[in-house]
Amino acid sequence: MNNKIFAVVAFTVAIALAAVTQLVPNEYFFSAAYTVLLFVILATAWNILGGYTGYVNFGSAAFFAIGAYTTVFFYNAFKAPLAVGIVAGTLVAGLAGLGLGYLTLRLRGVFFAIASLALSVVLYIFIVNWDYVGGARGAYVLQPRDVPFGLPRYIHLIYAVQLVMAAFALVVARAIEKSTLGRGLAAIRDDELAAECSGVPTLKLKIFSTMVSCALMGMAGTTFPYYLSYIEPSSAFSLSYAVNSIAMPLIGGMMSWMGPLIGAVLLGSVQQLVQVTVSSAWNLLIVGVLLVLFVTLAPNGIMGWVDVWRRRRER
Amino acid sequence: MEISTALLLNAIIAGLLLGGFYAAMSVGISISFGMLDVVNIAHPGFIILGSYIAYIVNDRFGFDPIVVSLTVSPLFFLLGAALYRVYYYSFERRGQESLRGLAFFFGILFITEVALVLTFGVDYRMVSTRYGDVTWRAGEVGFPMRLVVPFLVSMVMVIGVQLFLTHTFFGRAVLAVAQDPLALRLMGVNPVRVKELAFALSIATAGVAGAFLIVIQPVQPAIGREFIGLVFAVCVLGGMGSIWGTLLGAFVLGLAESFTSTYFGPSWAPAVSFGLLLATLAFRPSGLLGR
Repeated sequence: MNNKIFAVVAFTVAIALAAVTQLVPNEYFFSAAYTVLLFVILATAWNILGGYTGYVNFGSAAFFAIGAYTTVFFYNAFKAPLAVGIVAGTLVAGLAGLGLGYLTLRLRGVFFAIASLALSVVLYIFIVNWDYVGGARGAYVLQPRDVPFGLPRYIHLIYAVQLVMAAFALVVARAIEKSTLGRGLAAIRDDELAAECSGVPTLKLKIFSTMVSCALMGMAGTTFPYYLSYIEPSSAFSLSYAVNSIAMPLIGGMMSWMGPLIGAVLLGSVQQLVQVTVSSAWNLLIVGVLLVLFVTLAPNGIMGWVDVWRRRRER
Repeated sequence: MEISTALLLNAIIAGLLLGGFYAAMSVGISISFGMLDVVNIAHPGFIILGSYIAYIVNDRFGFDPIVVSLTVSPLFFLLGAALYRVYYYSFERRGQESLRGLAFFFGILFITEVALVLTFGVDYRMVSTRYGDVTWRAGEVGFPMRLVVPFLVSMVMVIGVQLFLTHTFFGRAVLAVAQDPLALRLMGVNPVRVKELAFALSIATAGVAGAFLIVIQPVQPAIGREFIGLVFAVCVLGGMGSIWGTLLGAFVLGLAESFTSTYFGPSWAPAVSFGLLLATLAFRPSGLLGR
């Protein structure tokens, strides 16, 4: 399937799904589905750098928060509508990724990982001390009273937007994976020195994939202030985003765009269930334990099992 | 702003005392990350675990937290050895340490944090010691004992590790594994065994540093994260795998943080270590005393 057809299919499915699910009578469905979709975008974005290129980004929460706080900033400054926040947040997060990548991607991979972790703490402290966007107290972002497309509530719109953005992230990830660029990234992942020697412009490709990955993470965050109409630093920078965006691709499988999608839908739904039925601390423990178990015992994730099963059937 | 001498002197003293403690927290990372090339981002998790063990025993029986931590350090040593076994067989042997190994340690850090939250809640815990509220005064300069005691024990520990590495057969084997594991194998030494014991030593230092931490300040499970940047900043700033470098880096960071919180307010202090780390990585990745 070529990219254009895939894009058309993905967006059609997303819009159709958004339209059909509007009939769901339960309000909780929308907020749960919004969170799962948020993780689909984060996991897909993380995998562009982590899975395709082999560089670990621990700063997912930072880029997510950049997206969220850009929305808050434009809302405070110009009462800008959601669409402006989405575009601006994506761009700002992409630029931040570009900067981080430019500074640290020339070093060994682990330095990038540590720097990404450092970035999330520095940004957190910066936001806590920046009163214009609410500082430690947090900021209110009021949902507009009239919702377009005749939807009953704003959460319905946010959910539909998130669905379309998830489709967009998957289209981007798949396009990168199937292109020459994706092969260059895979070469870096498997043996960076050999890739460099064979003429792959490794630094450029790494910086590019970091930028795309971080921009998509920022995009996931742009709708977040509207989700609860309130945002504060410790929820925007929650470690659970960083852990989940690593755990989901690892559990689903990192080699293709399907892995993060499967991982995010599975793990995200399980977490929503556990959060309602047990407690939120337990659901984080489950993610941590699953992450460690999968990474030690099933390094290729669920898609790895699928591959093994397929190969066995072909024989 | 007028800078009074007393304020300045106090900031310097506090910075140096804090720096000594940072050296104790980071010396394990200098061994595991700097020498063995094992990127143990779960290190701060073990520091917090050490704090909680010291807290429990202190709370129940009233023993001194630092004595407790030295007593239980063999347990941390064994834990470290076991962890390295898992790491080696699952990742290092298969050449997958760079991505999956990192994710593994991240998961371990996360599990320790959440497990502590589930057991003890998110309240700040502290210990009571005889020297906790005592401050020596020399003129206008104060030496709070809750900083001085951990500082002194830290110095003994860090210098002890350095002497151990340079003056014993096993310590030199660790330095050799840092330089060239293949050559070590050709000399008939098993690098995996050496790395296992050295990694175990690094986790043991984390447990002891945890006791220092809870003597200095109240501890809550999530603060471990803030120390990830700190320990790596010290390790990278000083120069990878050099214990003297770690000591120097720790003092630089301690002073920088102390000045920041004195003159700009304590809410900015945690940003110093991470800022310094980013700057070092960007401009001088080999560190101050780097080779």
